[in-house]
Amino acid sequence: MFSRAYKTVVTAPPLVWVTVFLLVPYLLMFCYSFWSVSPAQAIVHSWNLENYKELLQKTVYWETLLRSMWIAARVMVFSLLLGYPLAYFLSFYAGKRKDLLYQMVIIPLWVSYLVRAYAWKTILGSDGVLNTLLQYVHLATHPLDFLLYSPFAVVLTLTHIYTPFTFLPIYAALEHIPRNLVEASHDLGATPVQTFWKVIFPLSIPGVVAGATFAFVLSLGDFLAPLLLGGPSGIMISNIVVSLFGAAYNWPLGAAISLGMLVIVVSLLFFSERLEKKWSFS
Amino acid sequence: MEFLVSGATGNIPRSRWLLAHAAAVFSFLYLPIAVLILYSFNGQGVGGFPPHHLTLDWYRLLFNDAPIWDSVLNSLQVAFAAMAISLTVGIPAALALDRAQFPGKKLFRRLVLLPLILPGIITGLSLLMLFNVMGAKLSLMTIVLGHGTALISVATTEVFAGLQKLDRAQEEASLDLGANYWQTFWRVTVPNLKLPIIGAALLIFTLSMDEIAVSFFLIGRDNTLPLEIWGRLRRGITPEINAVSTIIFVFSLVTIVVWYRLRVRAEGGADVGAELIEAGSAKS
Repeated sequence: MFSRAYKTVVTAPPLVWVTVFLLVPYLLMFCYSFWSVSPAQAIVHSWNLENYKELLQKTVYWETLLRSMWIAARVMVFSLLLGYPLAYFLSFYAGKRKDLLYQMVIIPLWVSYLVRAYAWKTILGSDGVLNTLLQYVHLATHPLDFLLYSPFAVVLTLTHIYTPFTFLPIYAALEHIPRNLVEASHDLGATPVQTFWKVIFPLSIPGVVAGATFAFVLSLGDFLAPLLLGGPSGIMISNIVVSLFGAAYNWPLGAAISLGMLVIVVSLLFFSERLEKKWSFS
Repeated sequence: MEFLVSGATGNIPRSRWLLAHAAAVFSFLYLPIAVLILYSFNGQGVGGFPPHHLTLDWYRLLFNDAPIWDSVLNSLQVAFAAMAISLTVGIPAALALDRAQFPGKKLFRRLVLLPLILPGIITGLSLLMLFNVMGAKLSLMTIVLGHGTALISVATTEVFAGLQKLDRAQEEASLDLGANYWQTFWRVTVPNLKLPIIGAALLIFTLSMDEIAVSFFLIGRDNTLPLEIWGRLRRGITPEINAVSTIIFVFSLVTIVVWYRLRVRAEGGADVGAELIEAGSAKS
């Protein structure tokens, strides 16, 4: 029913926009990663592999990447541990309050990232709310310094930020489970624990995979929480990129690292999609 | 507590354990926000327990703080412009994905959705390189292009979901009765997609007002509100930041509740919002 002209009019403008502002920038990132910087701090458009050689040789990049992945992995696990039981509770036990509780989970999701990271900074600081509270109730005699400016602070803040992200797809998956399957399992004599592990959990795996991917990927690339709360021991891979695009002025090397991140992220998305497909029942 | 046993499995001990866990997670989610709001009234600064000398001084200070208000105006301009771009590109994109077949459609769909799941630094930096090569000066305009592009995904997902439920017969009738495509689009398609479009607009607006990772790289001389706050955080913190954060929180809260109501009306279900996340995980 739609003419060729209609299809062209709705297709061409978005196609052009997406090409110019998404596809071309990614390709530029690829090109930059093979260029270099002259001693006079100009970008030299001669193609070479120096940036990649440096990345392979210097251990600091690998150490930081591994640390970032370790932080992201912890955020992922904690978000799942907090998000899954919450989603399960809402979906199966919350009854009439389901809607209200659901809204209460998504509200923090859309509350400014910066506001939430800042709130944790004021809580964890050496004269922050938590330390002064501990001293007030005489649980501590002097401020605990390890709370702020540590990987712990970064993991805590990112878990706070990504738990609702993890919750959403799990909740959607649980809501899509036909309730008569659960009833059938009960009628056939399975205990609630068996029903959970043999029926409910396997059917929720696509949601778990989507949520876990979200938490891992978005924390992996974070640079604001480490800057604000991480201190020297909480530096992540994106912080190196930020400094290469700023004071350290080496865009090509920064582009090479970003491209590496892009490759890691896109392959993770690819695998998680495969996993979701494999486990989806519809 | 009677609602606890209304589930499919009325297992009391287990649901108690789950209830305790849910209460703990909600405290974890809301505690920092509560602390933030409480200390915006604290005369003594951002730390220190118990809070005392409750005062509105920080709000007074805030209302006389010209740079903050300049940045608020900048952010509003950016958010409206980004919303215009995302909708102008995102709505046709949804129509194209729903109705047209073209080579590279799958790649196109993935590219549109990618900024939603990609860490902001990658979107920000790749655009920075584009503007650098084009010789464009960084300004609010570059931030508008960044937000506009990154948030197309929101408009496309919401409108695409609306299109899936749309009754094609109405559009067909309109075309049969002699209206052209342009008239049909404005008089039939758009009115039917009113709720998803308004919902997407609100969401894009809120996300743009809050966005910091992409703006961080595309900023010129003028700050947006989050970047102004960011700059101050690095110089040291005062409850004035709590005060402005509290105001931001109240605004986001209102927008999100309005958005949620719209979505429930459009969807009639509790599945709201999840499809954005699902779409973000590049499922096609």
